[in-house]
Amino acid sequence: MGRVLLVRRLAARDLRRRPVETALLLLAIMAATTVLTVGLLLHGVTRGVYQSTREATAGPDVVASVMAPPKGSRPADFAGLQALTGAPGVSGHTGPYPVVWATLGANGYRLGAQVVGRDTAPASIDQPKPTQGSWVTDGGAVVEAAFADAVGIGAGDRITLNRRSFQVVGVAVTAAVSPYPNVSCFDFCMPHAGLVWLTRADFRSLSAKGRPQGYFLNLKLADSAAAPAFAAEHNRPRVPTGTRPSESDPSPPRLLAWQDVSKASADLVRNQRQTLLTGGWLLVLLAMASVAVLVGGRMADQIRRVGLLKAVGGTPSLVASVLLAEYVVVALLAAAAGLAAGWLAAPVITDPSAGLVGRAGAPPLTMSTVGLVTAVALGVAVAATLVPAVRAARTSTVLALADSARAPRRAPWLIALSARLPVPLLLGLRVAARRPRRIMLATVSIAVTVSGIVAAIAARIDLRADTPAPGGGLVGLESPLDVSKADRLNEVLLAITITLVALAAVNAIFITWATAIDARHSSALARTLGATPQQVSVGLSAAQVLPALVGAILGIPGGIALFAFVGDSTTIPPFWQLLVVVAGTVLVAAGLTAIPARIGGRRPVAEILRSELA
Amino acid sequence: MNAKHSLSQVGPALRTRGLEKEYGHGAGLVRALDTVELEVASGETLAVMGPSGCGKSTLLHLLGGLERPTGGEVWLAGRRIDQLSEKALARLRRHAIGFVFQAFHLMDELTAAENVELPALLAGRSPRAARNRAATLLEQVGLTDRAEHLPSELSGGQRQRVAIARALSNEPLVVLADEPTGNLDSAATLDVLRLLDELRSAGQTLVIVTHDARIAATADRLISMRDGSFVEETRLNHGTTGRLSELAGLEG
Repeated sequence: MGRVLLVRRLAARDLRRRPVETALLLLAIMAATTVLTVGLLLHGVTRGVYQSTREATAGPDVVASVMAPPKGSRPADFAGLQALTGAPGVSGHTGPYPVVWATLGANGYRLGAQVVGRDTAPASIDQPKPTQGSWVTDGGAVVEAAFADAVGIGAGDRITLNRRSFQVVGVAVTAAVSPYPNVSCFDFCMPHAGLVWLTRADFRSLSAKGRPQGYFLNLKLADSAAAPAFAAEHNRPRVPTGTRPSESDPSPPRLLAWQDVSKASADLVRNQRQTLLTGGWLLVLLAMASVAVLVGGRMADQIRRVGLLKAVGGTPSLVASVLLAEYVVVALLAAAAGLAAGWLAAPVITDPSAGLVGRAGAPPLTMSTVGLVTAVALGVAVAATLVPAVRAARTSTVLALADSARAPRRAPWLIALSARLPVPLLLGLRVAARRPRRIMLATVSIAVTVSGIVAAIAARIDLRADTPAPGGGLVGLESPLDVSKADRLNEVLLAITITLVALAAVNAIFITWATAIDARHSSALARTLGATPQQVSVGLSAAQVLPALVGAILGIPGGIALFAFVGDSTTIPPFWQLLVVVAGTVLVAAGLTAIPARIGGRRPVAEILRSELA
Repeated sequence: MNAKHSLSQVGPALRTRGLEKEYGHGAGLVRALDTVELEVASGETLAVMGPSGCGKSTLLHLLGGLERPTGGEVWLAGRRIDQLSEKALARLRRHAIGFVFQAFHLMDELTAAENVELPALLAGRSPRAARNRAATLLEQVGLTDRAEHLPSELSGGQRQRVAIARALSNEPLVVLADEPTGNLDSAATLDVLRLLDELRSAGQTLVIVTHDARIAATADRLISMRDGSFVEETRLNHGTTGRLSELAGLEG
C-alpha cells in the first residue's frame, strides 16, 4: 500500500512540476484519440437518422425498378414489375411510378435529374415528407431535400426541367432512395442525378412522347428484415448462365432492399470515416513519437533524479513504476477527453444530409469504441515509455548520480564525414549521431506527417478527378457535388492535416530541446574549444533539419502508398507540389528548431562544465 | 582574420585589473573574486593554489572568457577581452587559449585522435592537416599507440594527456589548466607533471590552478588565494626543473 502511495505521490509531483510538458503530452494523445473516436463513431452516425426518415415517410422494404436503356431496343419489363406485387411475402405496394431523365436548371446549374410522376393523394408506402412547402400539385415540383440543399433552392423558387419551367412547391425527404449525391442507382441511371417529383399530368407533358423511361415500384413485405433475401431472390438472372440475352428480351426488374439504401446513406460519410480513421492512426503514430521523445528528453534531464531515487532505496521496479504511472495517468485522461471530444464532434463533422429527417445526434459510445480508444492511448504511453523506464531502472546508481549514464553512440563513418563539412554541419552531424534512436523518431515523425500531407493532396486530386462533369455530362457551372461532397471531405482532410502538422511541430520542438539538453556538455565543450554560440545553435538545428529532410523525402512514397491503400487508387501529385512539401517541411523544421537550438547553444559554458564536477 | 593575429606578442600574456565576480543576489550573494590584480608574462608558468571554493576555477574561467566578470578588466596579449561578444570570445579561445580540465572533458564518442583534432577542425583546418597535427601531439604526449582508442578505453592519466594534446592543437598563446591532476593517481600525476614541465621549458604560457603542491612547485610563480582574493605571491626561481621526481617522491 505504501509503495502504491509513494509511486502515486512521486508521479503526481513530477507531473505537476512540468505542467507544460504534461499538457502537451495530454494534447498529443488526445488529438489522436479524438480523431480515432470520430472515425469509429461515424460508422453508425447515419443509421438512426435513416430509421427516423423511414418511419416518417412510410419507407418501402424493397424498391423495384425497370429501366429502358436510353438508346436500346429492349422494352422495360413492366409486366415483370407488376408480377412482383403478387410475389410471396409481399404485403402491400404503391406504384409503379413512371420515371424519366431530365435536365434541371436552377441557380446557374444544369444538372441531371430523375423525375418521378406521382399522385397528388398521399401514398400508403413511400410518401415523401415535405420539410418545406407541400406535396406535388399540377405545375408544382417537389425536389429531394439534399438535392435542393446542394443546388440552393427551396419552396417558392423556380426551376426548369428539360427547359420547362416549374415552381418548387416543396422540398421533401424519402427513404426509398439514398439522399443526393449518392442517389440509389439502378440498372441504368445517370450517376448523381437528383430526384424531383411531379404530378403524373406534369410528368406526361415532360417526358418525350409521353413515354416513361422506366418505373419504380415500392413493396412492403410481411417481414421487413427479409428484404435483402427477397431482393436477392428476385434479382437472379432469368436468362440461363452462359447464354446472352436476346435484343428482344425485356430488361428484368432490379430490386433494392431498404437495408441497402440505409447503407448507401451511410456512404455519404464513408470517405470522411476512412479519412478520419487513417488520420487517426497517423496521429497515433505521431503521439507515440511525442511520448517517446518526451520520455527520452526527460530521461536526459532526470537521470540524476533516478539516481537519487535509487540511492535512497528505490528499487528498479519502483523507478520504472513511477515513470510508467506518470504516462499511464496522462494516457487515461487523454483517452477520456478524446472520447468525449470525438463523441461531441462526430455529428457536427458528419451532418449526414439534408436528405434525411432531423440531424445526426451524438452516436452511442459502444464498449468496443471506448475499449479500443483507451487501449490505443494506453498502448501509446506504454510502448513509448517502457524502454526508457526499464533502462532507467537498470541504470547503475553511481553512474546515474554522476549524470553520465547515457553514453552517446559512436558512428565512425559519420564522424569522418563530418570532419569535411563546415563547422555547424560538423557539430550537427555529430550531435545527431550521438542519439540515433532520437533521430529515427524525428525522421519517423516527419515521414508520418508528410505521408499524411501527400495522401491528403492525392485525395484532393482524386476527388476532383472523380467528380463527374457538371450535370453528369451536361454543360454547366461547377457541380454542386463539389460543394456538398468535396467540401466536407476537404474540411476533414484540412483538419487532420493541421492536426498532423501541429503534432509534428510539437515533436520537432521537443526533440530539439531534448537534444539541446542531452548535448549540453558536448556543446559547452565545443564552445570552450572555439565554436561560436551561433555555430552550436545552427549545429543543433541542423541535427533536426537533416532528419526532417530525410523524413520528408520518405514521406512522399509513404503518402502515395497510403493513399493507394486507403483510397484504392494510385494518384501521384504533381512534382512541383511534392517539391513544395519537401522544401516547406525543411523550412518549417528549421524555423521550429531555431529557438530551442538558440537557447541550447547559448547556455553558460562554465556553469555546465562545473556541473559535470558536482 | 585569425584572432591570434590581433594580439600583441609583447607585454604580459594575461592581465587583470580589479577583477570581480559575484554570484547570486541579495542574501544569497557570493563574492567569488574580489578585486584581483594579476599579470602573467609571456612564457611564464603561474600556479594558483588555495582551498576549495576560494575562487581559483572562477579566475581561470574569467581568464579564458568562459564567464564574464561582474567588474574589472581582463586583457589577453594586449587586447581587452571581457567586453568581447560571445562570438569574438569563441574565436579567441579557438586560436589563443587552450583549456585542460580536472574532469578531462573529452568527448566520449570520439577517439583520442578525433578529440585532439577537434579544435583544429573548428579553426577551419583541413581534415588532413588536423589529423597530422593530432598525430604529432599524440606522439608528443606518448599516446601514438592509443590514438584510435575511445576515452572509456584509456586510463585517467592517458585521458588527461589527450586533453593536454587537445589544448595544444591550435598552438595557443596561453594554456589554462584547472586541477589537471585532481582526478589522477600518483603515476598518472607524474606523467602529467612531466608534460607540463616540458611545456614550461618550451616557453608555453601556463596558468595552473591546483591543490597539488608538487604541481605548484613546477611553476615560476605561485599565488595563494583565499575567499576570492590573492593572499600571497611566491616567485619560485624558474620552477623546480630537474627536481620534479624527487619533489613528487614518485621515483626511487
